[in-house]
Amino acid sequence: MSPRLLEALWQATLDTFYMVGVSAVIVWFAGLALALLLITTDRGGIFEAPRINTLFGSVVNGFRATPFIVLLVALIPLTRLITGTTIGVWAAIVPITISATPFFARIAEVSLREVGAGVIEAAQAIGCQRLRIIFSVLLPEALPGIIGGFTITLVAMINASAMAGAIGAGGLGDLAIRYGYQRYNTEVMVAVIVILVALVCLIQFVGDRYAYRLRHR
Amino acid sequence: MNSALYFEGSSEGLTELANQPVAGPITEPRSEPDHAHVVIRDVHKTYSTGTVKVEALKNINLTIGRGEIFGIIGRSGAGKSSLIRTLNRLEDVTSGQILVNNIDVGSLRERDLVTLRRRIGMIFQHFNLLHSKTVFENLALAMKAAGVRDKAAIRQRIDELLALVGLEGKAQVYPSRLSGGQKQRVGIARALMLKPKLLLCDEATSALDPETTHSILSLLKDIRDKLGLTIILITHEMSVISEICDRVAVLEQGEVVESGPVWKIFSQPQHEATRALLAPLRKDLPDALLADLKPKPVHTGSRAVVRLTLAGSGQKELPLHLLASLGTDTKLLQSDIEYVQGHVMGRLLVSLPTEDGKLPESFSTPVFSDTEVLGYVTPSA
Repeated sequence: MSPRLLEALWQATLDTFYMVGVSAVIVWFAGLALALLLITTDRGGIFEAPRINTLFGSVVNGFRATPFIVLLVALIPLTRLITGTTIGVWAAIVPITISATPFFARIAEVSLREVGAGVIEAAQAIGCQRLRIIFSVLLPEALPGIIGGFTITLVAMINASAMAGAIGAGGLGDLAIRYGYQRYNTEVMVAVIVILVALVCLIQFVGDRYAYRLRHR
Repeated sequence: MNSALYFEGSSEGLTELANQPVAGPITEPRSEPDHAHVVIRDVHKTYSTGTVKVEALKNINLTIGRGEIFGIIGRSGAGKSSLIRTLNRLEDVTSGQILVNNIDVGSLRERDLVTLRRRIGMIFQHFNLLHSKTVFENLALAMKAAGVRDKAAIRQRIDELLALVGLEGKAQVYPSRLSGGQKQRVGIARALMLKPKLLLCDEATSALDPETTHSILSLLKDIRDKLGLTIILITHEMSVISEICDRVAVLEQGEVVESGPVWKIFSQPQHEATRALLAPLRKDLPDALLADLKPKPVHTGSRAVVRLTLAGSGQKELPLHLLASLGTDTKLLQSDIEYVQGHVMGRLLVSLPTEDGKLPESFSTPVFSDTEVLGYVTPSA
């Protein structure tokens, strides 16, 4: 592989890190907030509000139902509004974040739902206020599952970042398409696949270990 | 200390709690200096699922005294879970009133309700401990929730309570490493962290084996005596009631069908539901006897099988000469005598000789509240 290609590969890897990294931070907070909103406003929840729950549930379902490649194009006006451009790493962060947040919210919601009603009841019985129940009971109890869900989300986001490459976002996906596919450069294609596989394995490994350490069942 | 909520218990280490401003109905001084700790007045509770309405509680009226261990027993679905949850308002009542320390629980706003709950301990069938936290952190949560930040005070209180429930040295253990009985001990410690005077037990021993159940019940009795707690417990097991309760109410389909001192309910159950709940404690007729039992005497030598019930109204013991007065040919087949709250009660199964198919003249039963001829057997002489 030529030094120029190696350089491109390195740059593409960094771009992918950027895209996924920045999106991941936003998705973590936004997804958790959304999941908590879905859980606590549900019937029997500690901030019961069925209408708000239905509203947000529908929005989440709407985004979840839209294929990422469609979302990528549909969100172009919003992306331009936020980042001032529609190409490059920063432009890709908008659709990746918007697509991954509802995804992660639904996964985190499942873990939060598994925290038994009994545990919440016990917290209420010892006089915990509702916000304390969220931060001292719901989140710590569900954390191992949430970490596991976030690992899955991260892998899905790497996937999405490669797809965003198709419309000029840069990163490993973009490189694989331009060199590997359009110029029949198998070497680049293989290198990209190896890097992606290593990345996914690393994320999965770290996520699993962390979730395991937190799990005291 | 300007409100009824803080009337009870010393509050060293809980000054932050006591300094919280409390508004609303709680600030009314306690007017009745009586012994009632919890008063349940005309309570109704209706669940509506869509168009179907279910009456979970109907017209409940109970008064629970200070320092009492009060049992509420009922078959599953009788409404006992709902009832105990209304006492700290984990569930709202549809109508009626719950008074704890003369505070109308239903009228409290969220802030005051949270304060009240800190003065009422509760333990659960499935313990409901946080798996992600150690025993120490589980216990500390109660104090942190009450705004106590003094780490030394928290540590000291946790040490005290772990010693009280017999779990010294388990502070840094995660609940998953504990046995069921130990988990419930942590549950009890957690419930007592803020020095409540009222403890609610929601089927606290139903998930435990008989031996552990016994140890948990003795612990509850022990802390009642040491701390002067009022304990309200719900259960479906009469053995729990007989072991620690002073008084009991029987709940059936959302209604209190019977209530009173435990020995009285045990010896003279009035309602069919009570008898059904008592049934597991009663001995069945021996199979061998049952096989030979005939509805009529078939032989001149036939003997009558009679069940004698001892109601326990006052007797502290059963003099054996009373049995002898039934006649010298009386044979004791089975006895099921127990001692509940200092009253001897139970049932005896005897066989008596018959004369021309009748019981002998001498058959008189001054001490037994009930005698029942179950049938006749012919001895295989």
